[in-house]
Amino acid sequence: MNISAEELNTVEKKDLFTSGHRACGGCGQALAARLVADASGENTIACVATGCLEVFSSPYPDPSWRIPFLHSLFENAAAVASGVEAAYKALNKGPVNIIAQGGDGSTADIGFQCISGMFERGHNVLYVCYDNEAYMNTGVQRSSFTPYGARTTTTPMGNKTRKKNMPLLAADHGIPYVATATVDDFRDLQRKVKTALSIEGPKYIHILAPCPLGWGHHGELTVKICRLAKDTGLYPVFEMTDGKVSNVQKIPVKVPVEEYLKLQGRFKHLFKKGVPAPEVAEIQKIANENIERFNL
Amino acid sequence: MLKQIEGSYGVAEVVAMCRPNVISAYPITPQTHIVEDLAMLVGQGKLDAEFVNVESEFAAASVVLGASAAGARAYSATTSQGLLLMCEVIYCIAGMRLPIVLTIANRAISAPLSIWNDQQDSMALRDAGWIQLHAEDNQEAADLHIQAFKIAEETHLPVMVCMDGFILTHAYEPVDIPEPKEVDVFLPSFTPKHIVDPRAPKGIGLYADPRFYLETRYILHRALEKSEDTIKKVSSEFSKAFGRDSGGFIKTYKLKDADLAIVSMGSVVGTIKDLIDQLEEEGKKVGLLQICSYRPFPRQAIYEALKDKMNIVVLEKSVSLGRGGILASDVRWSFPRAEKKDRNISSFIAGLGGRNIPMEDLRYMVEKVEKEPVELEFLGLKKELISDKDL
Repeated sequence: MNISAEELNTVEKKDLFTSGHRACGGCGQALAARLVADASGENTIACVATGCLEVFSSPYPDPSWRIPFLHSLFENAAAVASGVEAAYKALNKGPVNIIAQGGDGSTADIGFQCISGMFERGHNVLYVCYDNEAYMNTGVQRSSFTPYGARTTTTPMGNKTRKKNMPLLAADHGIPYVATATVDDFRDLQRKVKTALSIEGPKYIHILAPCPLGWGHHGELTVKICRLAKDTGLYPVFEMTDGKVSNVQKIPVKVPVEEYLKLQGRFKHLFKKGVPAPEVAEIQKIANENIERFNL
Repeated sequence: MLKQIEGSYGVAEVVAMCRPNVISAYPITPQTHIVEDLAMLVGQGKLDAEFVNVESEFAAASVVLGASAAGARAYSATTSQGLLLMCEVIYCIAGMRLPIVLTIANRAISAPLSIWNDQQDSMALRDAGWIQLHAEDNQEAADLHIQAFKIAEETHLPVMVCMDGFILTHAYEPVDIPEPKEVDVFLPSFTPKHIVDPRAPKGIGLYADPRFYLETRYILHRALEKSEDTIKKVSSEFSKAFGRDSGGFIKTYKLKDADLAIVSMGSVVGTIKDLIDQLEEEGKKVGLLQICSYRPFPRQAIYEALKDKMNIVVLEKSVSLGRGGILASDVRWSFPRAEKKDRNISSFIAGLGGRNIPMEDLRYMVEKVEKEPVELEFLGLKKELISDKDL
C-alpha cells in the first residue's frame, strides 16, 4: 500500500459526480456514488450497472459524471470492467482506477455470476455495491439483499428469508480486500475506497445506501438510519484483508433493533398491534449473531 | 502459403494476424478449436493479446464490449446457445457502435439439444444491428475475418463471420494462409473513435428517453444499409491484395442464362454448384445466387441479379417457426409488388440440426419447382418418424 495515513483520512470533495442529477431527496446511493467518485479521483473509469444510479445520473445528454462513465447492461458491470482492465493491460495503458458499481439486485442476484468471474480471474478492479436492500428502480421489489421481515411490493407480508451475505462470499473468492461501509461516515467510506484502490487485484466494497422511497423514511433520516443500522448490529462495518477480518467498527452503545425498524415504513407492519410482532425478536437475533460473529 | 488445415485453425491463424488486443470466449462445440488455437498462440507468445477465460458467453460478450470501449481491438467466437446467451450484449454492442468481430460456428438451437449445424443461431440475431457475413468454405472463412476487422473499424459496426459448424470448422481443406506482413499492410492498426479515457472523460452508454431513442435506431439502420459500400470496397481491396475473391455482397454461379435460380448461403452452396454442373450436362440451365452478406441484406443486388428470373427457389438452414423460410421472405421482399406477380419464389428448409443435404434431395427440389411453385417444404423430412398424433 503506497498511501499516507493523512491522505487516507482526508475527506475528498472534487465534484466528480456533480449535482443536478435526478435522485430523490435523501438518496443514499447518490451520496455514496459521489463519495466513491471523489475518493477515486480523476484517473478513474466508472463501469455502472443499469439501475437507479445509472438512471438518475446518465440520461442523454445530461450525465452527472466528470470521470469516464461506461454503462452497458443490468448484470454485466463486472464483466465490462474486466474487459476495460484487459484492454488497459493489452495496450500498456494506465495505471487507472477501474470501478464497477451496481445496486444490490445487480450485485447479489442477476450480476452475481459476472462478479464471481471477475473476482476469480483476479482483475484489478474495485467492485462497489450500493445496497438499498431491494429493486428500487423498478418499484421496491425483493432482492436477495432484502432483510428478514421487510415489506416490499413482492413480499407484501414481509420477507421470509435472511439477507445474502455478499461481503463474506466476496472474501471467500480469495480476493485481497473486502470492506463494508455506510453513508453516515464519509471519512471511513472514502478511506476504504482509497485503501482498496491502492491494492492490486479484485476488491469489493459493500455500502449500505438507504432509499427513502423504498424504506419509507424521511430523506433527512438517511444518515441517522445508517448509524442505527450499525449501532443495532444489523449492519456490521468491517474490513477483510486476504480473507481475514482485519478491522471492525465497534458499536459504542448497542441499540435495540426496534429503534432502527420503527423509523421505516417497510417494517411498520411489525408494530401494528401495539406489541412487536414475533419477527422483531428474530431480527434482534440476527443483530446479536452479527455482534458475536464480528465482535462489534 | 497453402496449408492442409482444419477450418478452425485457419480462422485462428488469421485472427491472430489481425492482432486483436483482447480475446474473450467461453467453450462451446463446435467453436472450441478456434479459441483453443488462439489460446495456444497467446500462450506461446506468438500473439500479444489478453486472453480472458470467462464463466459464460454472456460474460465473454461483456468483456469484449468493455475492451472495445476502452480502445482495444476485440474478438470472440461462439455458436448456438452461446450466441443466444450473449443476445442482450449483442444488441448492446451494436447500439454502442463497437467494432467487435465475432465468429459464429453455426449450430442448431435447443430443444432438442443438437450440436450439429444449421443457421438458426445467427439468424435469431439478424435484427441486432450487426453485419453478418457467411462463408462458403474454409478459405473464405479465413479471408472474411481479415475483411471483418477492416469493415467493422471503418463502419463502427460489429461483424459476425458465420461459418457452418463441423462442416467447415472441423473440415480439413487446403487454405491459403497469408503472411502476417500482408495482413499488416491490408489491415491498419485500430484507431478507436469513442473510448473511456480519464484524459478525456466521456459517457458511453447513456440512456435515451423517448426524445432521442428512435433516432439512434434510425441512424444504426442507415449505418447498416450504408455498410454495403464498405463491404464491397473491402472485398475488392482484398482481391487486389491477396489475389482471390472472397466475401462481398452476393456471388453468382452460372446464373446469367439460367431458367431456375437457387438462392442460398453458407457451405451448402458447394453442393449446389456441383448439382448445377451435373444438370448442365443434362441440358438444364440452373444458376446460383449466393448470399455473402446476410445483414445488411443485399436487396438491390438480388433484384438486379434475379429480375429476369421467373422461377426462383430459396434453400435455407433456418426457419421462423409459425411463419416459414426467413431467407425466403427476405428474397420475396426484394421484388417490387408489381414484379412479384407471375414470379415463383419457392421456399425449402433443409439441413436443420445437421441433417445431411445430399445431392439427390437437391435434385428432387429442382425437379419439383420446375413443375410447380412450393410455398414451404422441409427437404428430406422423414415422414415415417411423424405420426398423425404429432401434428
